[in-house]
Amino acid sequence: MTPRSREEIRQAIVDALGGIAPEIDPGSIAADLPLREQIDMDSFDFLNLIIRVHEILGIDIPEQDYAKLVTLNGAVEYLARRCAAQQ
Amino acid sequence: MKNHIISKEPLNLSLPPVMADYAQMRAGFSWEMAARNMAGLPGGKGINIAFEAVDRHAQGSLSKKIALRWLGKSGETRDLSFRDLAEQTSRFANVLAGLGVQPGERVFVLAGRIPELYIAVLGALKQRCVASPLFSAFGPEPIHTRIALGGGSVLVTTANLYRKKVADIRMRLPHLRHVLLVHDDADPMDIPRTLDLASLMRAASPAFVIGPTSGEDPALLHFTSGTTGKPKGAVHVHGAVIAHDVTGKVALDFHSDDVFWCTADPGWVTGTSYGIISPLTNGISSVVDEGDFDAERWYRILAEQDISVWYTAPTAVRMMMKGGTGQVRQHAFPKLRFIASVGEPLNPQAVWWGMEAFGLPIHDNWWQTETGGIMIANYAAMDIKPGSMGKPLPGIEAAIVKHCGANAIEVVTEPGTEGELALKRGWPSMFRGYLNEDERYRNCFSGEWYLTGDLARCDEDGYFWFVGRADDVIKSSGHLIGPFEVESALMEHAAVAEAAVIGKPDPVQLETVKAFVALNPGHVANETLRRELLGFARKRLGAAVAPKEIEFMDNLPKTRSGKIMRRLLKSRELGLPEGDTSTLEGSA
Repeated sequence: MTPRSREEIRQAIVDALGGIAPEIDPGSIAADLPLREQIDMDSFDFLNLIIRVHEILGIDIPEQDYAKLVTLNGAVEYLARRCAAQQ
Repeated sequence: MKNHIISKEPLNLSLPPVMADYAQMRAGFSWEMAARNMAGLPGGKGINIAFEAVDRHAQGSLSKKIALRWLGKSGETRDLSFRDLAEQTSRFANVLAGLGVQPGERVFVLAGRIPELYIAVLGALKQRCVASPLFSAFGPEPIHTRIALGGGSVLVTTANLYRKKVADIRMRLPHLRHVLLVHDDADPMDIPRTLDLASLMRAASPAFVIGPTSGEDPALLHFTSGTTGKPKGAVHVHGAVIAHDVTGKVALDFHSDDVFWCTADPGWVTGTSYGIISPLTNGISSVVDEGDFDAERWYRILAEQDISVWYTAPTAVRMMMKGGTGQVRQHAFPKLRFIASVGEPLNPQAVWWGMEAFGLPIHDNWWQTETGGIMIANYAAMDIKPGSMGKPLPGIEAAIVKHCGANAIEVVTEPGTEGELALKRGWPSMFRGYLNEDERYRNCFSGEWYLTGDLARCDEDGYFWFVGRADDVIKSSGHLIGPFEVESALMEHAAVAEAAVIGKPDPVQLETVKAFVALNPGHVANETLRRELLGFARKRLGAAVAPKEIEFMDNLPKTRSGKIMRRLLKSRELGLPEGDTSTLEGSA
């Protein structure tokens, strides 16, 4: 698997969000606040977000880790670690 | 292959069920008998939901028992005993009275699952107002439509939700006299034309005497969706509490020491009838989780809060199934005894998954906004046929009917025949009207039968099986979504000439909202416009109602009279035969 920089991971999440909640301005996302408090997403949208991030990055995300993807920064850190571990 | 019936040997049950024998209880049951579980207002002044749910326990031996345990998003906990809840709801009733809000006026509550929501709903019932909780994930348009239809004079909401969703539509709500805010903002500021709920509550008396209430006085207003036109406001009365109470015992097997968790939001009827009223009238403790669905969080709550009876939804179960049983088994649930599910049919795999993951089957049941309470269910002491909604509750007569001519129906007795599910009228929580729409209400009935709009069949053992909707209403994540409401929002966009919205089958949501859009001349169908329309709809409707998918079409299929054929779009989506298209525009 290709190594991914944090910036690439961040961009992948923002791209995935754009397909689900296109009304948001990515620049307005507070990276340390829960995404679902800033973006109107139901549980299904959140699940789709994770599926799309998985498709873009090819990183497996087990369900018990979903809570680690609550904020943008948390998600980037988590995915960067998973990515490194899967090398 | 597994045995297709889950047998309930009495020895397997950890506690004797409230209803030990279905047939016996059904034979001996009457609503008059169920009504005797109610205390009634002191001095014979009638029956009031809030008194049965809160005050009578606060005045008795349960006063110090936990009525609601609130779990905040970030891990905080707040317990409200029956006495606390009685005082808080009395304060809220006094706040309403102090503002001159009269019995019968509509009080809307738009909030996440915070304690104030529960206090406001029950407090409004004490003041004999009609309480209407709205789902906080609605966007501004669904909120406006519902408050306007209901002629709401009071709205309880949070500062954040007010700014995001209400401030811009306030001008279009001339009847809305008072907005009471829960200040959840980091930096509370005065917002014009709103009142601070906390200071009003502090100043109000914790004592309130509920005025005379008739069992037929309106109490609750829940909106549901039809195929055409605006949402329908189903009105429920105070006497419905007789059904809220007894159905908790019979269908959810409530015992006095239970800790109950209903995961539904009070913005949907389940979250009110069973997330607020039924556990309280039964004097049991219930847990309210403010957080959004997260499987790991839910397993922790089940384990740490010693939940014994759990009422959830198929979409949540299917999302948990994705994580597999391994994740569940990292937790232990020694107290968990009974699991039930409602919202849409629970597939047999999900029922079996409950057995694998929790060692307990998941009991599907069926009801709808209009019925006010559980009507058909799988019970603790009755064998389960996975995939079936079970059998009618004691006091409920259900049948499969066929339409034969103008509003005439015929009850079908041949087992296995598909038809419309109908219920014999007269149970206490039956809706008493659609607000301001008498004709629409009358059209739901044929003689003694209420026609549910759901297609079903009944097998030779008396188990009912859901088949589908008789109309174009979309069933998504356990909620009904009216295609018209979604189409109307899309039509407001300058690029959209026509829109048709269907429910597309989905393994998790049952159906997802999919929109087909034909564009006006001068607009190009591309990814940019698709995203723009998606965002446009989401901003107006909110995530719970907006489409998840938009497909462009040059023209939408229409009848010769110009009616868009949603059914045809759905058949095409499913790859099914298109059926009778003789009325299709352009056909020979």
